[in-house]
Amino acid sequence: MKPFAPEEKAAQPPSLFPDFRSSVTRAPASAPLKIPQTLTETTGPAGNGIWERLMGGNATDLTKQYKGEPLGERIIVSGRVLDENTRPVPNTMVELVQANPSGRYAHNYDQHDAPLDPNFTGVGRCITDAEGRYRFITLKPAAYPWANGPNTWRPAHIHFSIAGPAFATRLVTQMYFPGDPLFPLDAIACAVPEWARDRIVCRFDLETTMPYWALSYLFDFVLRGRDATPMEN
Amino acid sequence: MAGQTPWQTTGPFFHFGFCWKGGADLTGDSALGSRPDLTAPGHDVLAEPGTTNRRLVKGERIEIVGQMFDNTGAPFTDALIEIWQANAAGRYACPEDNRAEIPLDENFIGFGRAATDKQGAYRFRTIRPGRVPGPGNTLQAPHIAFGLVGPGILKRLLTRIYFADAPENDEDPILALVPAARRSSLIATREPGAADIYRFDIRLGGPQETVLFDI
Repeated sequence: MKPFAPEEKAAQPPSLFPDFRSSVTRAPASAPLKIPQTLTETTGPAGNGIWERLMGGNATDLTKQYKGEPLGERIIVSGRVLDENTRPVPNTMVELVQANPSGRYAHNYDQHDAPLDPNFTGVGRCITDAEGRYRFITLKPAAYPWANGPNTWRPAHIHFSIAGPAFATRLVTQMYFPGDPLFPLDAIACAVPEWARDRIVCRFDLETTMPYWALSYLFDFVLRGRDATPMEN
Repeated sequence: MAGQTPWQTTGPFFHFGFCWKGGADLTGDSALGSRPDLTAPGHDVLAEPGTTNRRLVKGERIEIVGQMFDNTGAPFTDALIEIWQANAAGRYACPEDNRAEIPLDENFIGFGRAATDKQGAYRFRTIRPGRVPGPGNTLQAPHIAFGLVGPGILKRLLTRIYFADAPENDEDPILALVPAARRSSLIATREPGAADIYRFDIRLGGPQETVLFDI
């Protein structure tokens, strides 16, 4: 059994980032205790058909989940799930949650004064193929205000959850769009050190755009990879 | 080499996407785990899981219930808790666990997800896991890995639960790394009057702060 390489801690946000107000009461008081990876940490829900059994099948076109066409700018978001050695991670679950193009989530606690669209929910699932590829057709989400400060706005973003091959490789993150003026002002994005911040911004790609139909953005997720040295066991 | 993607918080509005029907019930075809109460009306669009026959899962049925609290002791009302565990025989449903001598259970996967409610409470239905190997020649006591995310959490928090009535805890190689005074924060206790319900509260601060792990 080979353990996974250490987390790249320098590139990760800290637990406590005071500019992000809710982290003040929700960051753990004590530092975590380092433990060796055991079979518990180097395994995870992986293997043929396991995600369909757990959650159900793919839902990759978010514009076709209802009878009517949703309103907003159609986009393609695609890329690969890789490990840090740039090896593809096949057959793993990529989950997507986002606000609609008015900046509203299909969530009962979202109080933003912006309309829901009965033809758009903003959820999707895609199990990666043999090359680790995923692809969603969705609508570009909008910015929305949040109560972090007197006049604070989240930049447009999409929430992603990636299982990866093991409990140790899990990733939950947010993907942002290039050139967003709200991005450098955002307390959540800025919890990531500046030098690593472009890792959570997607890339506009004319090549994969579908002419006369939808613009395209590319984003690769990079998970922890296998360590070079085997464990004693 | 490519740089690892940084974590970001889930934010508070994930329930309509990340909480799936049956996600918190690893042993039955129930809806436990989904949150229709938090989903805007008419927006329950995701497909349900395929037929699982989870009612045929082998092992001792248990429930794990508890409350999660922030570092001030206030209920953590919108956390998302994920669990990962071995089957009753002590085998993980993962190709990485290739010990053919330990049987897989075709009806059990061992992964679940539950969101906390307004009291910070959560509930899973599962089975008591078997023992799995630890570092070297050790054997671990029955345990379940917990991952915690939610608004205000920038990067997943990790812990484990063990069972108060398991004598194997005394020889567990991971518990042995935890300072003795804090070990009880990882031990789920039987609810009085209910043989199959274990309570595991999660505290991010205070004198009984739950031990978190860095893996």
